Amino acid sequence: MSYNSTTAIQASLKKRYARERRFQWYGRLAVLTGFVFLFILLADIVSKGTPAFTQHFIRIAVNFDADKLEVSANPTEEELYAANFNGVIKQSLREMFPDVSGRKDKRALYKLISIGAEYDLRDSVLENPGLIGTKQEVWLRAHSEAGSYLKGQVDTQLDEADRRVKDNQIQWLDSLRAEGRTESRFNVIFFTAGDSREPELAGIKAALLGSAYTLLVTFFLAFPVGVLAAIYLEEFAPRNRLTDLIEININNLAAVPSIVFGLLGLAVFINFFELPRSAPLVGGMVLSLMTLPTIIITSRAAIQAVPPSIRQAALGVGASPLQTVFHHVIPVAMPGILTGSIIGMAQALGESAPLLMIGMVAFIMDVPGGVTDPSTVLPVQIFLWADSPERGFTEKTSAAIMVLMTFLIFMNALAIYLRRRFEMK
Amino acid sequence: MKKQLIGVIATVAGLAAATPLSAATRDNISIVGSSTVYPFATVVAERFGRSTSFKAPKIESTGSGGGLKLFCKGVGANTPDITNSSRRIKQSEYDDCQANGVTDIVEVLVGYDGIAIANSKASAQMKLSLGDVYRALAKDIPGPDGKLITNPNKTWKDVNPALPATKIEVLGPPPTSGTRDAFAELALGGGAKSIPALKALYGMSADDAAGIKSAMQSLGMSMGLYDSLAEQKGKPPKGKDIFKTIAYAVREDGAYIEAGENDNLIVQKLEANPNALGIFGFSFLDENGDKVQGSLIDGVEPTFDSIADGDYPVSRPLYFYIKGAHVGKIPGIQEYAIEFTSERAMGEDGYLPERGLIPLDEEELEQIQSDVKSLQRLEM
Repeated sequence: MSYNSTTAIQASLKKRYARERRFQWYGRLAVLTGFVFLFILLADIVSKGTPAFTQHFIRIAVNFDADKLEVSANPTEEELYAANFNGVIKQSLREMFPDVSGRKDKRALYKLISIGAEYDLRDSVLENPGLIGTKQEVWLRAHSEAGSYLKGQVDTQLDEADRRVKDNQIQWLDSLRAEGRTESRFNVIFFTAGDSREPELAGIKAALLGSAYTLLVTFFLAFPVGVLAAIYLEEFAPRNRLTDLIEININNLAAVPSIVFGLLGLAVFINFFELPRSAPLVGGMVLSLMTLPTIIITSRAAIQAVPPSIRQAALGVGASPLQTVFHHVIPVAMPGILTGSIIGMAQALGESAPLLMIGMVAFIMDVPGGVTDPSTVLPVQIFLWADSPERGFTEKTSAAIMVLMTFLIFMNALAIYLRRRFEMK
Repeated sequence: MKKQLIGVIATVAGLAAATPLSAATRDNISIVGSSTVYPFATVVAERFGRSTSFKAPKIESTGSGGGLKLFCKGVGANTPDITNSSRRIKQSEYDDCQANGVTDIVEVLVGYDGIAIANSKASAQMKLSLGDVYRALAKDIPGPDGKLITNPNKTWKDVNPALPATKIEVLGPPPTSGTRDAFAELALGGGAKSIPALKALYGMSADDAAGIKSAMQSLGMSMGLYDSLAEQKGKPPKGKDIFKTIAYAVREDGAYIEAGENDNLIVQKLEANPNALGIFGFSFLDENGDKVQGSLIDGVEPTFDSIADGDYPVSRPLYFYIKGAHVGKIPGIQEYAIEFTSERAMGEDGYLPERGLIPLDEEELEQIQSDVKSLQRLEM
C-alpha cells in the first residue's frame, strides 16, 4: 500500500467515526423522543384517571320510618321496590340543614347525594328488614359533582355562575367535612357495575366482560382456522397459480379497513343468518375475520423460519410428512405463531369501528352473562364516556383507558409466558 | 408441551361452552335512533332498569335517519322496538314502515331541544341574527345584484358591520347528524327567509311554475335544477323545494368545519380557539356553562326558559316511536314509555329537564300520557 492512500484513509477515518457517532446519537434521540411522547401520554391518562378509582361517601342520619317509606311495618319485597327511599333521603338532608328553604336551594341540597343512594338503601333494607322503624347513620354515595368538590377538582376562585358546584353546596360540603361526615373510599362499583348515566354509578365490568367474551369467540375461530390454513399453505399446498392468488388475497385482506368487516358482519351474520344484534358472538365473528389474515401471515412466516434441516432430519428417520409437521415443525414455530396471534388479538381488542355496524356501540347497563347477551366492549365504552356531556365522565374515560391498557399488558404477559413454555430448550 | 397446549384450548373451550345460549326472543327492550335523544333515553332506561323488575333497555345511538331505517325494517325480535328521533318521522319513512308490515306505530313527543351557537368564554358573546348566520354559513348567497354567488364572506364583519372582524370559523356536526338537519332547516332556512326574494320563492306553490322559473332566473340559477328536481319527485317541484337546495347547503370552503358527532370535542376545540364558534345541543351548553357561552340569536339567549317559551328561534321537537306489534311480546315496552312520560321524568321538575331537556307544557304532557296509555296509533 502506498503512503498516499494511507494518509487519505487516515484523513477520512476521523470523518467516518464522527459519522457513526452522529448516527448513534440520532438513534438515541429517536428513542428518547418516542419515550417522551409515551411518557406524556401515560402521565396525562394516569393523572386524569386516578381520581376515578376513589369515591366520596357522605354520612347522614336516615330515619327508616315505615310511614315515610310508604310501606307496612313488615313490608314485602314488592312493597320495598315501590317504597319512597328518595323521599326519606331528602327528608334526612332537610333535617341536617334546617335553614335551607326555597325550592331552588332544596334541589341544590338534594343534589349532594347520588340518585343511586335510594337503590343502595333499598338493597340494604331488603337484606336486613329489621332496619324498618329504626334511625341509622348511613354512608351514602355522593353525587359526582359534590364528589369532584371533595376531591379538590373545583376551582372555588371562579365566578359562581361558571361552576357546576354552587356556593351554598360548597358551604354544606365544607360543614359536612368538618363534622367528619365525608369519607373517600376505593371505588368498588367501578369494577362491579355496568354502564350508567351517573358518573358516580358507572362501572366498567359489563364492557370488560363483553371484551372478554368477544375475544374468546375471536380466538376460538381465528386461531385454529388461521394456524391450520398457514400450515396447509406452507407445508402441503402445491405451488401454483391458485395458491399464489390465495396468498396475494390474504395479504390484501390484511390491509382492508376494519369497518368493511363490520358491514360484512351486518349483511351476513345479522341480516342473513339472523343472529342477535349487539352480541359478543357476532362481534367475535366479525373480529375473527379481521384478525385471520394477520394470524395466517405471521404463522406462515414463523413456519417458514423453521430450518429445513429439522424437516429433513425428521423425514430421514422415517417420520411421515404429517408427523414431521406436527412433531417437529410446529413446536419450533409455536412461539412465533403465538406472538402473531396475540398481536392479532390485541388489534381486535382495540377495535370499535366494525362493532358500530353490528350494534355493539350501545348503552347497556346489565352485565352480559353469555356470548349472546347484548354487550359492549372496552374501546366502545371509552368512546361513549368521552361523548357524555356530564363532566364526571372525563376521569372515567381515562380510568377506562387504564383498564384497557392493563388488559392489553395482561394479554401480552400471557403471550410471553406461553412463548417461554413452548420455546425449544 | 403438547399437553399444555391442549390444556389451554380445553379451558377456553370449556369457558365458551359454559356460557348459555339465550333463546331466539329477547327479554330486553331494544332502542335505536337519535344521538340527541340518547342522553335522555339512557337516563330513563337506567331508572327503569333499577326501579322495576324489567331488564334495562339497550340503547344504540344511530342517528334519527338510521334509527328509523332499522325500525321500519319489519316486525320481529331482530328489529328494534323503539326508535328515538330528533325530528318528526317523514312521510317516506312512514310509507316504508307500512310496506314492511310495521303498521302500528305510536308517536311520543318528549320535549324540545335548542341548538346553541356558542363560543369560548374567553371572548365576547356574539349577537347574531338568523340572517347573519345564513350569510356566514350558506354555500351560496344572493350578491348585490340579487343573483346567487359563492359565499364571499371571510370575517363576521363582512357579514354584518356590527360584528367583530374575526375570521368565520364554525365547528359543527356532519351531514349524518339530526342536529345538522335541524340547524340547516331552522337557522339557515330561517335566515334565508329574511331575504325577500328567497322568502317569496319559499311561498310559491307547484302550480306557479312560471313564477318559480322567473324567480330562479332573477337569482341567476340554472333551469337544470328545476328539471332534475321534477324528475326526482315525479311531479313539478314547489318553490319550497328550490328554496331548500339554496338555503340548506352549507359552505364547503373551510369556514364550516365538520367536527364529528362528538359534542364534547367541539367544546374542547372552542376552548382552545376563542375565535371559533361551535354548534351543538343545549344540554352540552348547559353542562359546560363554565367554558362556553351561547350566542344571542335574534336578541334571545339560549336558556332553559327561552327555549321552553319558544322565544329562542333554533329549537326543535324530540320524539320516540314505539312499534305497536311488539308491545306485550317483549316485556316492558309500554311500562318504559309510561316511565318516560311520567311527571317525575318529563314533568317540569322531573329528572329529564335537569339534564337539559326542555319540557312540554302541562296540556301537551297530559295528552301524550294518555296517548301512551292507549297506544294511540299514528296515521299519516
